[in-house]
Amino acid sequence: MRAEDSPARDVADGGNQGGQRFRVGAPPPSVTRLCGAALAVAGLVVVASWATLRDLRAALQTLGQAGAIADTLLLLLGMAAIALIVPGARSLLLARRADTALAQGDVIGARVAASAARNLAWITFGYAAAQILGLLAIEFLIANDLAVSRTFFLLPLIESSFFLILRAFWINVAIFMIAEVLVLIWGLVVALARLAPGAAGRPIRLIATFYVDVFRGLPAIINIYLIGFGIPLTGLPILKGMSQEAFAVLALTLTNGAYVAEVYRAGIESIHWSQTAAARSLGLSYMQTLRYVIVPQGVRQIIPPLLNNFIGLQKDTALVNVIGTIDAFNQSIIVASNNFNLSAVTTVAALFVLITIPQARLVDSMVARDRRRMRTGAG
Amino acid sequence: MALIEIRGIHKHFGNHPVFTALDLEVEEHQVVCLIGPSGCGKSTLLRCINGLEEIDGGEIRIDGDRITGPGVDVNALRREVGIVFQSYNLFPHMTVLENVMLAPTRVLRQPHDAAAATAMGLLRRIGLEAKAREYPDRLSGGQQQRVAIVRALAMEPRVLLLDEITSALDPELVAEVLNIVRDLAAEGMTMLLATHEMGFAREVAAKICFLCDGVVHEEGPPAEIFGAPRRERTRMFLRRIIEAGRL
Ligand SMILES: Nc1ncnc2c1ncn2[C@@H]1O[C@H](COP(=O)(O)OP(=O)(O)O)[C@@H](O)[C@H]1O
Ligand SMILES: [Mg+2]
Repeated sequence: MRAEDSPARDVADGGNQGGQRFRVGAPPPSVTRLCGAALAVAGLVVVASWATLRDLRAALQTLGQAGAIADTLLLLLGMAAIALIVPGARSLLLARRADTALAQGDVIGARVAASAARNLAWITFGYAAAQILGLLAIEFLIANDLAVSRTFFLLPLIESSFFLILRAFWINVAIFMIAEVLVLIWGLVVALARLAPGAAGRPIRLIATFYVDVFRGLPAIINIYLIGFGIPLTGLPILKGMSQEAFAVLALTLTNGAYVAEVYRAGIESIHWSQTAAARSLGLSYMQTLRYVIVPQGVRQIIPPLLNNFIGLQKDTALVNVIGTIDAFNQSIIVASNNFNLSAVTTVAALFVLITIPQARLVDSMVARDRRRMRTGAG
Repeated sequence: MALIEIRGIHKHFGNHPVFTALDLEVEEHQVVCLIGPSGCGKSTLLRCINGLEEIDGGEIRIDGDRITGPGVDVNALRREVGIVFQSYNLFPHMTVLENVMLAPTRVLRQPHDAAAATAMGLLRRIGLEAKAREYPDRLSGGQQQRVAIVRALAMEPRVLLLDEITSALDPELVAEVLNIVRDLAAEGMTMLLATHEMGFAREVAAKICFLCDGVVHEEGPPAEIFGAPRRERTRMFLRRIIEAGRL
C-alpha cells in the first residue's frame, strides 16, 4: 500500500483532526536508544563472561584440572557467550530501519520494524540478566581460592561417600513410601469421621476435629521426637518393640494424615449437593453415595494438593535424624564431621531435590490440565 | 385407594411456610401434573414424596404405607419412587451405562451381567445404545435427560416423579424427552410431574393440580383447568402463561 493511501497518513503528518482517530495509526516513537542500550549491555556482558571464564581457567589450573579438554570447553562457552550480541545487533538494525521508514513516510513499515526491534531489545535484556546470574554463580564458586567449591562440592569426597549416602537414602525412601500409603488411608478415615452425619456422628466429628487441630499445629519434628523417644519409655507392649523407622512412619502418618484429611474433606465438599441428591434418590445409602459417587469425583480434584503434601512428607523424612535414625541426612552428617567437609550433605540435598522435581512437574501439568478442562467446560 | 395419598402436609423452611395442609392424590397408572408459579413448592413436594425432604406435619402414604415420619426406611422408599431432576444430575465420572447400572447393582444387588443387559435394553428403547460407553459430558442436554429418566426406570419404580425435566433444555431438544414421558404414560406408569409445558400437560395428564399459597388451589381434568378455571388465581396464572406464549 502506498503511504499516500494509508488512512494513517494524516496522523503521520500530525493532522489529528476530530480527535476520534484510532491511535493505533500514530507513528511509532523511536526505539533506537532502547536498542542501542540493549546492544551495549550485550557487549558488556560478553566482556564480563570472558573475564569470568579466564578466572575459571585459573581456578582449574590450581586444581590441576586444566588441559586441552578443559580449554576446549571454556572456548566453547566463550563462543556461546558471544551469542548475546546477535539479538542486540539485530534489534539496533531494525530500529534504524524503522527510523528510515518513518523518514520516508511509511508509517506502517516503521511500526512493524519498531515493534520487532523493541521485542528483540527486551529479549537481549532478558538473556543478559540470566547470563549475569550465571556469571555470579561461577564467581561465587571460585571466589576466595575456591572456598565455596571446596566446602560444598569436594568431588573426591562426594565420590567416595556416594554409595554410603545412597544406601542410607533408601531408609528415607522406605519411610516416605510406607507413610504415604498409610496417610492416604488414614486421611480418608479422618475426613469421613469429620463428615459423619447426624446427631450420632457428632462425637465422632468432634474427636476428628480435635485430632486435626492438634496434629496440624504440632511441628513434625516435635511429633517425631515425642513418639520416637516417648513410646519406648512408656514400655507399652508391641509399641515399645517397634523400630525407629516404624516410629518415624507413625509420626509422619499422624502429622500428614491431619493435612490430608482436610484435603479430602475439601474435595468431598466441593462436589455439588445435587450429586448426593441424585444418588440418594436412587436408593443408595449414605456410605454408598460417598463411595461410588462423591469420593471418586472428589479424589480427582485433590490429586494435585495430595502430591504437594507428599513432596513435603518426603522432605520431612530428613527430620528423623532427631531420634538418631541413620537416614541419608544423618549418614551425611557423620561423613561431614569425619572429614570436616559438607560435600556429602550436598549429595543428600541433591537426592531430595532430584526426587521431588518430577513430582513437581507432574503437579504442574495436572493443574494445567484441570484448568484447560475447566475452560473448555468439559467435566 | 389412591397409590399416592398426601394428607394435610405442612412444611416450612425457617419462617417461610411452603405447605399449609396440602392434600393431593395420585391413582395408580395415572399421570398428574403440578403447575404453579415459580417458588410455589412443586420441587419441594416431589422431594418430600421421595424422602429427600422431611415434612413437619401431616402424612404421605404410598400404596397405603406411611412413608413420612420416624422409622421409615427411606432407602426402601426410594427403590419404589424414582425422581428425575431439572438439571439431569448424571454422575460425570461414570459412563452412561455405569450411570444406569449403579443403583440396580449396588442397591438391588443384581448380577452385573443381568443389570448391564437390562440397562442396554432401556438405552436401546430411547435410542442411545450407541452412547452407552460415553461420558455424560459428551451428550446433549436432551440425551442426558433421557439417560436420567432411564437411570430412574432401571430401578423399576412404581412411581416416577419428574421435576421440570425440560426446563433446562434448548427448545429443539424438548420433544425427544417428552416423547419418552408420553410412551411411559401410554404404558401405564404412574407419574407426578411438575412442568411448565402446559400443552404437554394438557395432552398427557389425567389431572392438573394448581399449587399456590401452600395448598393445591385448584385441581381437575385438563379441559376444566385450562378451559374453564374456577378460581381467580388460576386464571391469572394461566393468563400470564398465555402471554408468555407457553400455552
Ligand atoms: N433448601 C431450602 N432452604 C430454604 N428454602 C428453600 C429450600 N428449598 C426451597 N426453598 C424455598 O421453598 C419454596 C419452594 O421452592 P421450590 O419447591 O423449589 O419451588 P418450585 O419448584 O415450585 O419453583 C421457595 O420459596 C424456595 O425459596
Ligand atoms: Mg422447582
